[in-house]
Amino acid sequence: MMVELGHFALIMAFATALIQTILPMWGAIARDPGLAGMARYSAFVTFALVLIAYLALTMAYIGSDFSVVNVAMNSHSTKPLMYKISGVWSNHEGSMLLWVMILVLFAALVALRGGGMPERLLASVLSVQGAIAGAFLLFILLTSNPFLRLADVPMEGQGLNPILEDPGLAIHPPLLYLGYVGFSVAFSFAVGALVHGRIDAVWARFVRPWTLLAWIFLTLGIAMGSYWAYYELGWGGWWFWDPVENASLMPWLMGTALLHSTIVMEKRDALKVWTILLSILTFSLSLLGTFLVRSGVITSVHSFASDPARGVFILGILTLFIGGGLSLFAWRAPSLKQGGLFAPVSREGALVVNNLFLATSAVAVLVGTLYPLVLETINGSKISVGAPYFNLTTVPLFVCLLVLVPFGQSLAWKRGDLMGVGQRLLAAFGIALLAMMATFALTRGGPVAAPLGLGLGVWLIAGSATDIINRCYRRGSSLSAIFERAFGLPRSAWGTALAHAGMGITVIGISATAWGVESLAVVGKHEPLSVGPYTVSLEQAFKRKGEGFREDVAQFSVMEGASARGLIETSKRIHTGREMPTTEAGIVTYGLGQLYASVNEILPDGRVSIRFYWKPLVTLIWGGALIMALGGAISLADRRVRIALSTKTKRASSSNAEAKA
Amino acid sequence: MRRLLGCVLLLIVAATPLLAVEPDEILKDPRLEERARTLSSELRCLVCQNQSIDDSHAPLARDLRVLVRQKLVSGDSDDTIRAFLVERYGEFILLKPRFSLDTLVLWMSPFALLLLGGWMLLRTSRRSILAKVEVLDSTEQARLDELLSAKEQTRS
Repeated sequence: MMVELGHFALIMAFATALIQTILPMWGAIARDPGLAGMARYSAFVTFALVLIAYLALTMAYIGSDFSVVNVAMNSHSTKPLMYKISGVWSNHEGSMLLWVMILVLFAALVALRGGGMPERLLASVLSVQGAIAGAFLLFILLTSNPFLRLADVPMEGQGLNPILEDPGLAIHPPLLYLGYVGFSVAFSFAVGALVHGRIDAVWARFVRPWTLLAWIFLTLGIAMGSYWAYYELGWGGWWFWDPVENASLMPWLMGTALLHSTIVMEKRDALKVWTILLSILTFSLSLLGTFLVRSGVITSVHSFASDPARGVFILGILTLFIGGGLSLFAWRAPSLKQGGLFAPVSREGALVVNNLFLATSAVAVLVGTLYPLVLETINGSKISVGAPYFNLTTVPLFVCLLVLVPFGQSLAWKRGDLMGVGQRLLAAFGIALLAMMATFALTRGGPVAAPLGLGLGVWLIAGSATDIINRCYRRGSSLSAIFERAFGLPRSAWGTALAHAGMGITVIGISATAWGVESLAVVGKHEPLSVGPYTVSLEQAFKRKGEGFREDVAQFSVMEGASARGLIETSKRIHTGREMPTTEAGIVTYGLGQLYASVNEILPDGRVSIRFYWKPLVTLIWGGALIMALGGAISLADRRVRIALSTKTKRASSSNAEAKA
Repeated sequence: MRRLLGCVLLLIVAATPLLAVEPDEILKDPRLEERARTLSSELRCLVCQNQSIDDSHAPLARDLRVLVRQKLVSGDSDDTIRAFLVERYGEFILLKPRFSLDTLVLWMSPFALLLLGGWMLLRTSRRSILAKVEVLDSTEQARLDELLSAKEQTRS
């Protein structure tokens, strides 16, 4: 009964999404406030209906209702509650439903917060959101319905894919989708502005918090996914340039560019056309990512054919929104007025350069991901584009971008003084150079690239610190005055500094991978094996049974010099039910580094074939990403941004908190 | 120049392989082994999803790793080995596609885009400098001075 109710709610949601698409847009164009006013209510109703559908499916999972195909295929009555709830999005149908639910949630939030927005803009924004929701609801109903019943009800479900049975599943997809789908708001705002024909700093002020929110979630989602792959797949890598990873990286790169260009637009009323284009492109890449992951077209060209309906349908949605958005852009953009002029050497100029590098790296990832597919379609040649290509293209772009970041951060708006900035950054440059030289000296004979990367990371951190210090410190002012200024700084200044420093920390973590040590060996009991600064030796190898699996466990003791540093355990696990083997890596964190153990095989004679890695500073990779997201969150809490989110927009003009604009 | 060197070197870091090589495969000569790893991190495991033979546990990947090492021991150069594998399995085996007519767009497009974007930026910035040169004429300047001095007076 619950399931039918959910199914019905989903069909109803499609109907209200259509209403949400057509009536408000009509109202916005015909200047009919009554029709335009429909936008908010229909957005709320659509959200409520999708929520009912979503909860109905969740209830079916919690109650282990195996008469539902989707539940029978992906759940098991003995699963812990967490994996029943997160099992909903462990599969294609359920994750599409989550996707749509987050989409309509964003629309409802925009409707809730949009009281201060011009009525016509709000109506057209919600209309576009409704159109996207409608398209995906139709997709779910026609090709990926999670509510289908089984005629022969099985006694037991098939269980979850064991790789997915992990807290990562509970966190990673929702975060990623909040990011992906959050960029739909920027897209809708862009289309709304194009329909409207009006775009100004106020528009940027409305769109910026949504972009920032999406960016924070996407950053967290990618970092989480990377760490999950790191500990779950057991290869010790944290980024594989897999098409699915690239699908999330592309919107992140483009979205980061968008984030920076909306700042220029909000502050200086410049870069309007470019910001609109970026909004459209960012969400287009989100859609493309969804298509790549969901259609299976990339992993194998042939799985596309196994269920062509899905792939073709999403391709249709893709064409409609990307093509539609870009056509509208080409048609209307020339009529938009360009505002705010600026000198090439200025904060604006620096942000334009930032956009150039970020957009280019997004395109490099895009080209690399799609090239094999396109080439095969054109002339049948099969080629592979793997990690070497992506490293060769994106790394130089990023290094150049990051070297410039502290300059951009310190330049003044409108017309900057490069010499002055250079002088102010002299100390930061000195610190970075010193850090680089010191590491060179300490690790003589080691890899040369690591100290260089470390220097770059320190340069970013010191550059951010310089920016904050320059805003607070005046020659001769007392300590209390400095602190007062520091507290008085707009939160967005702190947010920027923190986010850039976080990037620096991630860069240090990445560079340190070059110092990583790897030891492969077949070892007997108590036979010592050295891994970097540590010595490990096999304590015992045994078989063990756990909840839903049996495993071969190898247990090692870790010594640093003469002192014992605890145990590390790794296992080869066979999951009952699916009979699928996984490697459970053993990871122990020492300081900022990690010791990583991964068993290949336990031989019949009791010896163990094992791989150990010592990964110094590796935790900084994800720690930096967390700090970046924190910086974003602090910016989001900035008064100006908060005001844009609140309904009392009219008082915004009095905020002159920004001391140094 | 050093920055460029930095770029190039950072690439090497990022490409440092993480291995699924098994202990019995390792060659005695560390320099040959080093070459074997670099080489096999750029070769695709044909039966896996986007894994190099260096990362993969698949039996085929193991066979290829052993094959690469045998060829290295018998004195073949990296290019000879790559050519041999391409002959046998097609271009598909190379994770780093060779520069050819087929991959021209692949390798050129990021750099072309960067150059194009840079060129357009230079052009627009030159135009905006021209726009900036507009100087206030004498009456505007007089009016500005008047306003500024009025403001000074109200403040003091």
